[in-house]
Amino acid sequence: MAVLSEEQSMLRDSARTWVQEKSPVTAFRKMRDSNAPLGYDPAAFAEMAEMGWTGVIIPEAYGGSEFGYLSLGLILEETGRTLTASPLLSSALAAASAIILGGSEVQKSEYLPSIASGELVATLAVDEGAHHAPEKTALSAKKSGSGYSLTGTKTFVLEGMAAGLLVVSARTSGKAGETDGISLFLVKADGKGVSRKALKLADSRGAANVAFDGAEGQLLGEEGKGWLLLEKTLDRARAGLAAEMLGAAIQAFETTLDYLKVRVQFGQVIGSFQALQHRAAKMFTDLELSRSCVEAALQAIDDDSADVPELVSLAKAKMGDTLHLVSNEMVQMHGGIGMTDAHDAGLYLKRARAAETTYGGQAYHRDRYARINGY
Amino acid sequence: MADFGGDIDAFRTEVRDWMEANYPAELRKEDGGQAMTEAMMGMPPSAAAKLWRQRVGEKGWGVPTWPKQYGGGGLSPAEARVVQQEMGRIGANNPIQGMGVMMFGPTLLEYGNEAQKQQHIPSICKGELQWCQGFSEPGAGSDLASLATRCEDKGDHYLINGSKIWTSGAQFAQWCFCLVRTDTTKKHEGISFILIDMASPGVEVRPIQLISGNSPFCETFFTDVKVPKENLVGPLNGGWTIAKRLLQFERNSLSGGGGGAAMRMMFGAGSLDAMAKTYVGTDEKGRIADGDLRSRLTQHMMDAKAFTLTLMRAAAESKGNASPSAATSIMKNAGTKVGQDRAELTLEIMGSQGLGWEGEGFSSEELGAVRGWLGGKATTIYGGSQEIQSNIISKRILGLPDPASAQH
Repeated sequence: MAVLSEEQSMLRDSARTWVQEKSPVTAFRKMRDSNAPLGYDPAAFAEMAEMGWTGVIIPEAYGGSEFGYLSLGLILEETGRTLTASPLLSSALAAASAIILGGSEVQKSEYLPSIASGELVATLAVDEGAHHAPEKTALSAKKSGSGYSLTGTKTFVLEGMAAGLLVVSARTSGKAGETDGISLFLVKADGKGVSRKALKLADSRGAANVAFDGAEGQLLGEEGKGWLLLEKTLDRARAGLAAEMLGAAIQAFETTLDYLKVRVQFGQVIGSFQALQHRAAKMFTDLELSRSCVEAALQAIDDDSADVPELVSLAKAKMGDTLHLVSNEMVQMHGGIGMTDAHDAGLYLKRARAAETTYGGQAYHRDRYARINGY
Repeated sequence: MADFGGDIDAFRTEVRDWMEANYPAELRKEDGGQAMTEAMMGMPPSAAAKLWRQRVGEKGWGVPTWPKQYGGGGLSPAEARVVQQEMGRIGANNPIQGMGVMMFGPTLLEYGNEAQKQQHIPSICKGELQWCQGFSEPGAGSDLASLATRCEDKGDHYLINGSKIWTSGAQFAQWCFCLVRTDTTKKHEGISFILIDMASPGVEVRPIQLISGNSPFCETFFTDVKVPKENLVGPLNGGWTIAKRLLQFERNSLSGGGGGAAMRMMFGAGSLDAMAKTYVGTDEKGRIADGDLRSRLTQHMMDAKAFTLTLMRAAAESKGNASPSAATSIMKNAGTKVGQDRAELTLEIMGSQGLGWEGEGFSSEELGAVRGWLGGKATTIYGGSQEIQSNIISKRILGLPDPASAQH
């Protein structure tokens, strides 16, 4: 655990208390079983906003507390433990980051206060295919009157159905694969020319494919030079997601460890078998290594240091590998009961794969790490 | 250094001035890592290296946090870091090295009596005497507590008979800290911790040649060796507790927690990716030409970075408290894996040039890589093997129970 300030410790403790009391895994299961249309419980999200969680990275002038990414990461780690579904990551971290980093005074004043209060859900719309590849943006944006007209499609938009505002990457020049010529736009999700199709995902969270047909976009940042803004935004989102994954992995591990201590076979608890002990030791080691990476990435963002991209890709890849391992082992070590829908293991396994894929999987981030370091 | 009243900047200035004035000019040209390797292999130090050791030893700065009354630096952890940083800044290595510093000294400071501390700690602080570790035996490796070297009470002295193996540097050591059996009816509770003068009659040392061609380890035989009674550390039959503590210090130093020098030893100083580009070549985009090698090298570099970040996190969390915790078990497995992966990758990158044993046709770097790769295999065996470390994590940290059949 990183060395925390007193305020950060209090924030984490209050997040832990709320999550354990108000949003245990049973709450997620209930939401899933009720076929909640948005893939999260709006009442629970309203409570999160009430506690100020949606304003943690937003400057005070726009209704937030400007408490930093490590602080928001502490909350996401706690919500990750119980698989709490909400737009906290996609809206209050990812989309908010784009507007904080690239928005004009007018744009910040228009959107940040309502994101901070939880009234507005915003989200990133970046990918266009089955794999995260932001530089392959092909969706076109053409100048039209005072704004821009966007045409193309976006896939796997988190909280796409709940969102009122989309932060869309589009191409104002060049061709797919080039980083020059990418621009970011703010698009009203219920605006003319935007059509959304809800996706039913294995992890039961909300996502949509979004088609743009001459939709009106408001430029965020500079035209044609949006790549750096997009990368910075995505790195913040990835680091936040990695924190959520850390929480999920720790809980999956602890639940499994508890089971190893109570399940009796051959007249002894199965946790006494060395074959399982050493796998548990490996998971624990990987969790410790992963935590170091996740916390270093969040801290680097708060410090605005130059190695943010390197540390974020390290964190997302390492955390992805660890969550992958732990979620698989959770099912395997629970045996038959782990295969049942009544047990939580499957919920962690499904969430693990969705989180691994989101904002770039392990292969993407290993390659990016190699590119950054010139290997 | 209480007279600095906590003013760390003033202290840094003083340390920097002292380093500039006292670090011998001859050493500035040398490769510090090379000197350290030579020292570990028992090669005699140069006159300049001796002078540097003497100067640092007198100051107590080789062991900056140890108490001043026994010859240590008496510094706070924050001040000790300053000394370490300033030493690193001018490219100097801490000349006060060895098992006395890494393991035995810290243990004796906790468990030794006043006379023992007075007798042994000052010479460790000055780097005058070398210590070796008499723990493992031919029949007691991973199951260390099954050790059988007998120690009998003969009234005015102890009599020791038995043999130890893997006693690192025994051929150069003046003293040995040793685990001996003082009660044959019990396992862990029949072990005592005793100090043996290697010059005693009946002590015989035979170096063991390893796969790397080096002989860093020895077999040590004790035949009717008389040891004064005051050389017992801690209570009779109370040696296992002391040994466990000492092994914690050992794990800490072997995992790189002991500082930058150990890290350099393990990971090497050069850049693996640049080496890969030299040996394997680059593609049209300037990347390492072999895609499979590039991806495995990347994975390794990320593992190494994750490990380094974890060392830094552990250091920050302990807030300068130098006592290692059970978490050091994680560091040993993680750190040694990174070190071995690097050695394997280095050899693979060098191709057939990474197969040289000696003589012409190979650079010294290439020959060194082969020896280092072989020598490094020991890192997951000594100091508690990888499997023993996993047992420790399972039991002490995760609280998993022993198998019903095993009584340990």
